[in-house]
Amino acid sequence: MKRLLITAVAFLSIQFTAFSQDMTALVNKVKAKLDQVNDYVAEGSMKTDVAFIKAPVGRVKVYFKKPNHFKLKRDGGISILPKGGVTVNMSTLVAGNDFVALSSGDAVINGIKAKVVKLIPTTDNSDVVLSTLYIDETNLLILKAATTTKENGSFEIEMSYGKFISYSLPDKVIFSFNTKDYKMPKGVALEFEDEEKLTDAEKIKRKKGRVQINYSNYTINKGLDDNVFK
Amino acid sequence: MYKLLQIELYKIFRRPRTYISFLAITALVGVIQLGLVKNGDDYVNFVMGNVMQSFSFDGKLLNGYLVCYILLQLLLVHVPLLIALVAADMISGEANMGTLRLMLTKPISRSQFLLAKFTASAIYTFMLLVWIAFLALFVSMFLFGVDDMVIQKTNYLVQLPVGDVFWRYVGAFGFALLSMLSVAALGFFLSNFAENSIGPIVATMSVIIFFTILSTMSIPLFQKIQPFLFTTYMVNWKEFFDPKVNADNAVIIGSLQHPDRIIQSAFILIFHIVGFVGATMVLFKKKDILS
Amino acid sequence: MQSVIKVSNLTKHFKGLTAVNDLSFSVNKGDVYGFLGQNGAGKSTTIRMLLTLIAPTSGEIELFGMNIKTHRSEILRQVGAVVEKPDVYKYLSAYENVSLFAKLSGVKVTDKLVMDQLAMVGLASRAKDTVKTFSQGMKQRLGIGIALVHNPQLIILDEPTNGLDPQGIADIRNLILSLSKEMGKTIVVSSHLLSEIEQVASRLLIIDKGKKLVEGNANELFDPAQTIVEIETIDNAFTLQQLQQSRWQSILQPQRSHSILLKLHREQIPSLHKSLVEMNVQVISLQPRHNLEDFFLQITSNNQHVQAFTN
Repeated sequence: MKRLLITAVAFLSIQFTAFSQDMTALVNKVKAKLDQVNDYVAEGSMKTDVAFIKAPVGRVKVYFKKPNHFKLKRDGGISILPKGGVTVNMSTLVAGNDFVALSSGDAVINGIKAKVVKLIPTTDNSDVVLSTLYIDETNLLILKAATTTKENGSFEIEMSYGKFISYSLPDKVIFSFNTKDYKMPKGVALEFEDEEKLTDAEKIKRKKGRVQINYSNYTINKGLDDNVFK
Repeated sequence: MYKLLQIELYKIFRRPRTYISFLAITALVGVIQLGLVKNGDDYVNFVMGNVMQSFSFDGKLLNGYLVCYILLQLLLVHVPLLIALVAADMISGEANMGTLRLMLTKPISRSQFLLAKFTASAIYTFMLLVWIAFLALFVSMFLFGVDDMVIQKTNYLVQLPVGDVFWRYVGAFGFALLSMLSVAALGFFLSNFAENSIGPIVATMSVIIFFTILSTMSIPLFQKIQPFLFTTYMVNWKEFFDPKVNADNAVIIGSLQHPDRIIQSAFILIFHIVGFVGATMVLFKKKDILS
Repeated sequence: MQSVIKVSNLTKHFKGLTAVNDLSFSVNKGDVYGFLGQNGAGKSTTIRMLLTLIAPTSGEIELFGMNIKTHRSEILRQVGAVVEKPDVYKYLSAYENVSLFAKLSGVKVTDKLVMDQLAMVGLASRAKDTVKTFSQGMKQRLGIGIALVHNPQLIILDEPTNGLDPQGIADIRNLILSLSKEMGKTIVVSSHLLSEIEQVASRLLIIDKGKKLVEGNANELFDPAQTIVEIETIDNAFTLQQLQQSRWQSILQPQRSHSILLKLHREQIPSLHKSLVEMNVQVISLQPRHNLEDFFLQITSNNQHVQAFTN
């Protein structure tokens, strides 16, 4: 009986340890790969995809400088972005050491096996409440991140990699967020035709949005003035 | 006919009343532009307050293209009243002055006479719209610059890239011309029934106001008759600013969401113009000139 | 004699009213045709029908041998008209008005043409003034100038002396006579001023309630034996007393305040004149009248208007 008890406790300890396995090492490896990049200027196209917004694709330039300076600038025209900004840079998500990284199992993202890692901030003054990273362990790439913040709600980022995989810089980033539905009084919009009634599915669709950036080019580690981020 | 048209245009533009419309437009547009120069950002923030709770906009929201859109929304409700001032005076004004009987004792056919008169009032309408276009679009572009145009529809927001806006304004003003010509045709028609301009001018304005109210109220009873009112179609210049989107929900440059609505509305307005002018000609040919 | 105007069985009904009733008449080339009738007799309606301002209910109108319905433009090129009050564009100047209507009439507009026309009606000095500053008489003259700018062969004047002072009336009368005698124009003049018609018309048409009463040469219409002579003297009371005691007593007519009327044969006028001299009457004027007024009053049906025409 005693032996059975000891075995049980040991087994449960192992399981518990396995369940809340510290993924700090994996995260650090990912960070290390990301740290190759001191700065970059990326060019690409950006599309704000919200059910109630008809917007064109626009050219963008994205600037990054270590440790967490990030700026997205539309190349002409007006950019419509979710309030709170668009965090599409992985380095900013994993910057610093004030977090605990815990394993949360495995998942498959776009056909690629990924480790699910939960990052829990250890400081109270962090805006981030919880981040869940989906990491391609083989290539040390973050495929997806789901983050909950205090000020700006929850968002997800999904990445696809190609030419710049060695720098952990994605070809495509999709930033998904929640949004309030949109409605303008007819008298203000001066539209008086019968409006089409929205289905429930359409109403749900109107509560979510995406910003998709397709990168065409990165200029990496050529130096960047801090004034760019002002 | 050309000679008659020259004479009619001469008479219109020698009359001080004609310039009231141009002055009124200039004052109206000027005042609104001044207001927007001073407090335009506040106005935009107020109007877009709803969507700005979820989104931030980077760029020049208040630009010449948006200002022109705001101006057109205001003006195209009120400009018909200014059109009525000239169009509804065309026949009754001559009768009132006593010059109608003098004109019709000249070797000109009544049909040609009427056609020349309507063409002259159409040219006046066109010139008024050109003036509006100059003030509302070009002066706004000068004062406020240009950028993408972000406008609010009832159920969605539209962002038109800066390079895709100007041709839409050409189309919108062209459509607005049809709208205003239908007002002119109505005024012209009513002018046939009076020997004093006040009656037809007031009648035209009243019809426009009454029909516009019926066209815009979402009451089931009114909605049944709305398709039969030409004022219902007059606002469809706004369809030029509603583009199609592709499967990725991206605006297709140079597209229109409802070109069919524009075409249908245009035909209905043309039908009204031809109808009113045709009816005027039929009635006028048989009319005894007793003034 | 060539007819310039030929009207056959012309009728016009308005709602509940027959304004012109089976009217037929003709105007010959060179006539000064007086068109007479009381107010509401149908004169203006007839004139408006001649000018295609009003469509007849029935009947035919021919001008210059052409049907007005089928040759309207061609006919109107040769017609100049003043219909009632000649209204022009008040916000334009006299010059601009004449130019405008000249252009409409198919005339090549030159500065000389316009100024000559204005000079003819005595408005050359006011050429550049807007019409709204003109008096009624000036507007009337301008209207006539506009009617004549394209040198029409037929001139129709509806109440041309309305609003004019005596000098203006005399000017119009002289203009009509000049147009007729010197330029061979055919003129139709409608008026209720019988004295004016009397002085210019060679032929007359009198209508009442839309119907023709009489048409013919002015001279032939009046019985020379019924000539009214109007005498004005230094002392009318003395003259009247003398005549009442003479052989002329029976032909004395109801008197006016400033003159004495007698009805006699035209051929007796010299004899009357001689008698007056013998009576020591100092004659200021002795005028034979066609007796148009009396003639008119006799043949028109409404006797309530007697006072209005006997002044």
